[in-house]
Amino acid sequence: MRLEAKRLDFGYRDKRVGSGVSLSLEAGEVLCLLGPNGSGKTTLFKTMLGLLPAQGGAVLVDDVDLRSRARDEVARLVSYVPQAHAAFFPFTVEEVVLMGRTAHLGVFSSPSRRDREAALAAISRMQIGHLADSVYTRISGGERQLTLIARALAQDARIIVMDEPTANLDFGNQVRVLQHIQSLAQSGIGVLLSTHDPDHAFICAHRVAMLHDGHLARLGAPSATITPDTLREIYGVEVAVVRVAVGEGVERPVCIPGGALSGGRH
Amino acid sequence: MTSARLPAALLGACAALLLLVAVAFAVGRFPVSAGDLASLLWARLTGAEHGLDPTIETVVMKIRGPRVAAALLIGAALAAAGAAYQNMFRNPLVSPDILGVSAGAAVGAVLGIFLSLNVIMIQSLAFAFGLAAVGLVYVTANAVRGHDPLLVLVLAGVVVGSLLGACVALMKYLADPYNQLPAITFWLLGSLASASPEDVWSTLPLMLLGLVPMWLLRWRINLLSLDDEEARALGVETGRIRLVVIAAATLMTSAAVAISGVIGWIGLVIPHFARLLVGPDFSRLLPTSILLGAGFLLGVDTLARTVARIEIPLGVLTAFVGTPLFLWQLATARRGWQ
Repeated sequence: MRLEAKRLDFGYRDKRVGSGVSLSLEAGEVLCLLGPNGSGKTTLFKTMLGLLPAQGGAVLVDDVDLRSRARDEVARLVSYVPQAHAAFFPFTVEEVVLMGRTAHLGVFSSPSRRDREAALAAISRMQIGHLADSVYTRISGGERQLTLIARALAQDARIIVMDEPTANLDFGNQVRVLQHIQSLAQSGIGVLLSTHDPDHAFICAHRVAMLHDGHLARLGAPSATITPDTLREIYGVEVAVVRVAVGEGVERPVCIPGGALSGGRH
Repeated sequence: MTSARLPAALLGACAALLLLVAVAFAVGRFPVSAGDLASLLWARLTGAEHGLDPTIETVVMKIRGPRVAAALLIGAALAAAGAAYQNMFRNPLVSPDILGVSAGAAVGAVLGIFLSLNVIMIQSLAFAFGLAAVGLVYVTANAVRGHDPLLVLVLAGVVVGSLLGACVALMKYLADPYNQLPAITFWLLGSLASASPEDVWSTLPLMLLGLVPMWLLRWRINLLSLDDEEARALGVETGRIRLVVIAAATLMTSAAVAISGVIGWIGLVIPHFARLLVGPDFSRLLPTSILLGAGFLLGVDTLARTVARIEIPLGVLTAFVGTPLFLWQLATARRGWQ
């Protein structure tokens, strides 16, 4: 399966946010979107999910325009993990995950035992089984993020779009979420995520897209895309990218802020 | 909140409701004991002779029966509508009163009384004006951006409500001061004293018409309490579902207002207590709200006609009971919502 933005213009009727973005994502692939605050990442995602109308160009799922599909049909193909948020009512974690099954239910139906099993399977896959009966409004931000990913899993779509899944998480939870993203990709799910940390792209992404002022500045393999030059261009800061050994014979690039921050001279 | 708590809560609420019905018949100027009531109903069902005083039959079938039935129906309808509104507007503090539905329905119904129309027309006008009021509030709240949406919604409700209040005042001013004005005034205070069997029979189908879509859509209504884009990403056509549920809840509220006048607080307080008991899942919240709302209004109405020598207006009594409850939940329960 394939989610594709084709010369996509996105934004609102009275305010264009970005234009001419072409990128695509296969099931099983992790594509990481980088870009500074206000570069239009969230707006692009919402347009690719069909939540905002495309202002030009098109969003295609398996070469079929998103606009020609019903809302629940889209939801069975592409799921969405919004930034972990406050909920309005004290639903349990299990109930929140169960909401992911809605696209598979008739308009007048309630979740069946099979839906409940799917929800519980998603919960245990995210290793939050101990939280199933907890109230969503009373768990931590990291636990909410994992709950929302479990909900997207229960939705059973081949592609998951995650908006800054590591934002506002502590270090351990960031690593945990990145590991889950890797294992989702290994099981054949495509993940399109945005992040503020280029290191996260090195950890989990197959490809990186860089969004700058609403335009696609770079698209390619992480080590070819995330370089001191591109980071200076996008973020306006000096960054060194160095390779670090992270295990037996495994090296990974890491971004280290330089310039005025470089401090201690020898 | 585990699902195991649901049957216990529902059974408890049903038992309390039956007890309240028995009490409601047993107190007042013509007390009817539970035994007499049971044998009368049994006799009506089987067509046998009951051998009771005919006065008792008149009291049960023509006076207190319709009144008890109306109290149950209206309490249930207002609580169900309140539960739906709270889910839909993602807020436990909205209710038919705050959103201007009651005020709108009141304008419609007062207009009906003013024009001396029949019950059906009064109900239709109440529904049309109730729907118009909630639509106006919702559109106003959506048009104002860049503020706390809840604040704008509540403010819009207050503003639209006061405009509608002015409309009611105008009609009272223009009404015939000897016949229409007292009728309008007493009606606005909220009362079930004049509830007739016809009122009950004409309202019941409207209540069911509102309740059926609410029950059928119960799972999707849960998702309406999420952020709109999130719900759509989960596959819900939020616009259409919201429209249907608003129409259903407004129909129930308007039908209630048309026969009982404005009875506040039930739609606000009862769903919240139901949520404390069984959690926010609408498939449990709706039946629990209905049972609690029916019981609450029946209890208050029984008090209204027995505690004092003269009957206390229902709207006055629910406000006296509801305000402290509301303040208490405002002070204590906010933590549970966010």
